[in-house]
Formats: sequence, C-alpha cells, structure tokens
Amino acid sequence: MTNTILSANKVTKRFGGLTAVNSVNIEVKENSIHSVIGPNGAGKTTFFNCLTGFYKPEEGELLFNGHSLVGLRSDQIIVLGIARTYQNIRLFANLTALDNVLIGQHIHLKAGWLGSALRFPGIVREEKTALLEANRLLKFVGLGNKGNHIAKNLSYGDQRRLEIARALASKPKLLLLDEPTAGMNPHETEEATIFFRNLRDELNITIVLIEHDMRVVMGISEIISVLDYGQKIAEGTPKEIQNNAQVIEAYLGRGSAGNIGKDPAVVAKEA
Amino acid sequence: MVETFDKRDVISEVISLGATVLLLTVLSTAYLATRGQDKNGVAWMFAGSALAGLLSGIVLALFVLTTTLIDMRGVFINVKPSLISLLTLKQENLTLGIVYLIGTSTVTGLVGAVLYRTPGRVRQALLIAFLCVLTLGVMQELLRVTFSNIGFLAQLIKSLYEKNGLSVIGAAGIFIVTFTLTLVWSFAQSPVQARIAGLSSRGQFILKSSVFLLLFAALFFIPKALDNIYIGEVLANVGLFILMGLGLNIVVGFAGLLDLGYVAFFAIGAYTVGVLTSPERGGTLNFWEALPFAIAIAVLFGFILGIPVLKIRGDYLAIVTMGFGEIIRILVLSDFLRPWLGGAGGIVGIPKAEILGFQFAGPIEIYYIILIGIFIVVFLAIRLKDSRLGRAWMAIREDEDVAQAMGINLVWTKLIAFAIGASFAGISGAIFATKLSTIYPQSFKFDVSINVLALLILGGMGSIPGVIIGALMVVGLPELFREFEDFRFLVYGAALVVMMQLRPEGLWPETLHMRELHHEHAPPEPASTDSIPAN
Repeated sequence: MTNTILSANKVTKRFGGLTAVNSVNIEVKENSIHSVIGPNGAGKTTFFNCLTGFYKPEEGELLFNGHSLVGLRSDQIIVLGIARTYQNIRLFANLTALDNVLIGQHIHLKAGWLGSALRFPGIVREEKTALLEANRLLKFVGLGNKGNHIAKNLSYGDQRRLEIARALASKPKLLLLDEPTAGMNPHETEEATIFFRNLRDELNITIVLIEHDMRVVMGISEIISVLDYGQKIAEGTPKEIQNNAQVIEAYLGRGSAGNIGKDPAVVAKEA
Repeated sequence: MVETFDKRDVISEVISLGATVLLLTVLSTAYLATRGQDKNGVAWMFAGSALAGLLSGIVLALFVLTTTLIDMRGVFINVKPSLISLLTLKQENLTLGIVYLIGTSTVTGLVGAVLYRTPGRVRQALLIAFLCVLTLGVMQELLRVTFSNIGFLAQLIKSLYEKNGLSVIGAAGIFIVTFTLTLVWSFAQSPVQARIAGLSSRGQFILKSSVFLLLFAALFFIPKALDNIYIGEVLANVGLFILMGLGLNIVVGFAGLLDLGYVAFFAIGAYTVGVLTSPERGGTLNFWEALPFAIAIAVLFGFILGIPVLKIRGDYLAIVTMGFGEIIRILVLSDFLRPWLGGAGGIVGIPKAEILGFQFAGPIEIYYIILIGIFIVVFLAIRLKDSRLGRAWMAIREDEDVAQAMGINLVWTKLIAFAIGASFAGISGAIFATKLSTIYPQSFKFDVSINVLALLILGGMGSIPGVIIGALMVVGLPELFREFEDFRFLVYGAALVVMMQLRPEGLWPETLHMRELHHEHAPPEPASTDSIPAN
C-alpha cells in the first residue's frame, strides 16, 4: 500500500538562464492523491512535462516503478502507465469524443498497417471491444450520450471530462491532472473532486494533481508538495501546509505577516 | 480574355457568357448590399439594392467614358473595343450604351433584392436552375461530341441548342425542368431521408449496395456505350488524378503532412515501368510484372523522403518536400542518368498492358484499368481511415505532441503515411506510362503536385468522395473550357479564393464517422465504475 510509485530525485530543468525546476525531490506513494501546488510560474507544469517526456531534465533522476523516465519519449512513457491531462485542454479538437477515447486506447490495440487495411477477423474483434470500452469510459465520465459530438463543440467542463476519459483509456497506473477544475463553477468543482476520489478508490489509480483551488487541494490530497521558483519549499499533509510560514510567504509575498488585516487590494498594489 | 468570354453565348444570340458574368457581379453586389437591411423595412431594402446596382453601373460607365474619351491604352493595356462593346451591351451609340448599362445594372440590383426576399427554397431552386442553364449553355460542344453515338440523346441535344449556345426554348425548358425538380426535391428531401433512416439495417445495406452497384455499372458501361476517344481520354486523366489525390489525401488530409513534391512518386512509378518494360531501355517485363516494382520503388522513396522530414513541421515541411519533387525531376533530366532514364528525350516504346492477348491500347481500355485501380485504392483508403492507423494519423494532424503522448510512434506512423501515399501515386504513374507509351521529364513538373493539392482543397481535405469531386473539377472541368486554357490558373486562383471564403471545408467535406453508441449491446453494468478494468 505504501510503496513509492514515483520518485523524483534532484530533478532540474533549465530554460536558458531560467531554472524552471530546481533540484526537486518528490516521492509519490502508490494509491495516494498527491497535490503539487505553488504560485503561477512555480514550475509545476514543467515538472509534469519532465515526467511525461515532453522535456528532458538536465539533472536528476525520475523513477517510476523502478523504470527511469529520463530520456524516454512520451510515447514510451505512456506504455509504462503514466497518463496526463493538460492545463489548457488539448483534445483532438476536430474528432469525435469517441475517436478521442479510441486514440487513448492506441497502445492497447495491435492492428498494424496491413491489419488496418485488410481488416482480419482478429482486428474486427479488437475494434469492437475497443468501441465498447470507449463507450464505457465515456459513460464513466458522464459523457455517455455525447460520443458522436465533435470534441471542440463540447462544453468546457465536458472537454475536461473527455480529456480524463482519454487518459483513462490508456489504463494508467499514475494519472497526472493539470489544473483539472480550472474554469469550473463551485458545483462542478465539487463533483469533480468526488470523481477524482472515486478514480483512486475504485480503479486504484494514483493521482498527482496540480491545482489552484485550495478547497479541492485541501479536501482530497493526502500529501501536498509546494513549489516556488522551481524549488520545493514544503511538503506535508494539508494541515501542515496550511500552517507553514514559508508557504504563506510564497503565496502572499514577503512581509505579508505585517499585512494581515489590511485590505488585500491595497496589499496587492503595494507589491 | 474578355474576347474569349464573349465568344460563347449562353443563350444563342441573346446573352453571352461575358454579359452573364458582368450581370452576375452586379447581382451579387446588390444581393450583398441588401443583406442585413431587413430591419429598415422593405422599401429601404429595394432602394439600397437599386442604389448598389446603380452605383456599379455608374462606375462601369465612368470606366467606359474615360477609356473611350481619353486614350488610356497606356494604363489599361487590355482595354479593347470588344470590352467596351461588352460593357455597353453591344450598342453602337456610346450614350445609348451607357444609359443601357446603368439601366440594366439598376434593374439587376433590384432583382438582387427580389431574390433576397424570395423564400429560401425557391431561391435555392432558382440558383440551381440558373447554374444548370449556365453550365449547359457552355457545354454544347462537349455534349455533342459525347453523345454523338447515342441516337436519341443526340437528337435531344440538337433540339436544345442553336449555333452558338442554347436556344431560347431550350434554355427556358432546362430552367423550368431543373427549377421544378429542385423545388420538389427540397420538399421531398427530409421525408425521403427519414424513410431511409427508418429502414432496417438490412434494408439500408441493400439500398447502399444497390446504389453502389448502379454506380459501378454506370462507370463501367457508359464509356463503352459512348465509345468516344476524347471522353475516354478525359476520364482516364481524371482517374489518374483521383488515384494521386487519394494518395496525397492520406499524407495531407489524414496525417496533416503538407507534401508539395508529390509528383516525385508519380514520376517514380512511371519511370520504373518505363525502364522495366520498354525494349528501347532493355526492359523485358510486361506491364503487370513491372507494376509491383513500380509500387515497391515508390514506397521505398516514400520512406526515403520521410526520414529527413520527420522532425520538420508545417511550412518547412512543404518547402522540403517541394525540393524533393524537384530533385527527382532534375535527376531524371540529368546527363548522369541519361543512359538509363533517357534524359530530356524520356523513354519511348513502353508497351501496352495485355491480358490473355487483349491489349489495353486505347484510352477507354486504359480507363478500365484505372477504374479497377480506383476501386481498390478507395476500398483501402476507407478502411485505413477508420482504423487504428487512421486514427493515429488524424491524431497527429490534430496535435502532434499529444498524439505522441498517447503512445503513437510518430516516426513509424508518419513514414507509413508517406509510404502508402507514395504507393498510390506509383500506381498512377505506372498506368500513366503505359497509357502514353512515352514519358518525358516534362510531364512531371511542379504543377502536377499543385493540381493534386488543389483538387484536395476543392473537394475537401481528408474526404474520399471529395477527392473524386475535386479531380472532376480540377482536371475534368478545364476540358469543358478549352478556349480558356490560358486562364486556367486565373480561374483556379479565383475558384480557390471563393471556396475558402464560402466553403472552406470543401465541396464534399470529410464526414466524421458516426457510430452507433452501442448502448444496447453493452453488457448490463452493475455499477458504472466496475466496468473499467483496474490495473
């Protein structure tokens, strides 16, 4: 239960002179919900991009179930069982919802070019199962009747759901969610929170979550890691993080202790 | 140019093509001016459109006045008396002509407003009827040649046309018939579609396959019945472009890899057959033996082109592939390869294809080879599109990075797109070689690539029926307007601009595959979440 599924060891990613992720150590326990928070530009998404092979970290080590992730391409990493969603939704916008989920199953299907062209009986069966599975996933995320909708025509919330369905289609062990509730109203956010917990409880998927909505973060995370300027400044349970002076400073600015009680707008202006 | 437009009459002795184009311009201006004027009342609308017509007339009149009264030949080189004659509606007297011009424009403007006020169905029917008259008006020669061997059709055509264009009665007849048919269909369309949708899946299958069989029979027997070398030639050319279009559709339409050097694979197919079969080049194989080699070598070159461009995207990809197309053409032209490929002299004496002593010599016989080729290739393209590979291509087209993150191997998936696309062009090139018996580097210039791309854009990127429509438009249609040959690219340009404005998705856009959602087939689920296998 408490095996480490993912461990980042002194991971560093630089862009020119900017060190976006600076020697970050994070350990994610299997079957946990682990949040990564921090102010804008703290390096959270860059960290995700290092995990999924979009970027190659300059230094450090990334181990997932004993496999090193550094230097692998993103199409090799998903085979190991890491799937993700994106901060700014990146669906295959002109394809149907169903096709999006079918593409998510790519690594579990076998048809090659010849099989695709000639459609052997085995391939026909495979496609049939894939279609059933895709419909099941759509229903699971609450898009059961929207399979034939073009992805870009779906509502914002539905697009977020579809992205999750597409990620789930690859049967991941670890799911990285990048600001999944951004742009949702409080009601939708609450639903999403329950949904994430269900994912973990019922499918045994470990979840790493980047999120700005503190109600979500504090509500479902077991562990929270806080990044600021690319460095991990704190880690702990929600309660510990809420009372951590460094975290408060990172979010509200230095000397914010003196500002307590002042009008926030005035504080922002002064900063 | 104006002269060429004016030489043809849409309705003999009544209205020329040039005048039609002129009036159409005024009409659409007025129509556009009317649009959005609804809120100000009908009177305003008519006034607005009349004003638009009047203004267009005045501008043209001013143009006529300045060019006739002052010598402007230095500025407007192409202003010839025939243009002035067209603009003044063939009046000898300049003043009278200008009055006519302004008057006609104003009236046309009013017609625009009337058209805007007519109900949508009627307007659509009017437009279609008008377009039919227009196209048939300029197709006299082609129709006469095409149906000269079929008695009753030849008679019918004779009765519809006069010396130079449709007869008045013919035009009226065509207009009324098409108008009525379109109108009736616009009412019947949805009930008929509903009825089709209501059929059982077996019924639908029977309907679909009978339509398919009818189409096949038509494609198979009509050219034979026409027995016309000219038509056979045109159809064969269209067919070769359909084959190429289907191949490029996989590369550009499905996978989104813009390839401007596609002609290279066509050339490779043609030259492979040439070298292997022409006795002049020491070739000993027959066409059917050489065909697999043509395909294989095209595929090989597809891979070779694919490897260096794997990391290149978008505009850069277009430039690099364009370079590849030119390299192949220049290699073929070069002295270095002359002993094998014949340089500028090309390869001559390529034998005709033969099956059991039957020679595919004439264009109509070649047409049958092409037809079979198209059926096979369409079949493959449809299947590929709706498969794991096709989905991977489309994922790459939509978002390359995310596609890779979903586990799609970009290298292999792109290479296979290039290779399959190349193989279709290879088949087309092979048939091209045996059709002409002679191939020159001149046949494989850059404009072939552009034509294939243009037909894809016109037909609709990624759409298989679109390729066929596009090929008919790009390769077939210019045959109708032989005297406009010089302005082909002008018309292309105009057509593409208009298309991009009005119908950016193409004439027959790609339809996404809509599936039954299979709810009824899914096994009953105790709890929705249990259905997903956990790891």
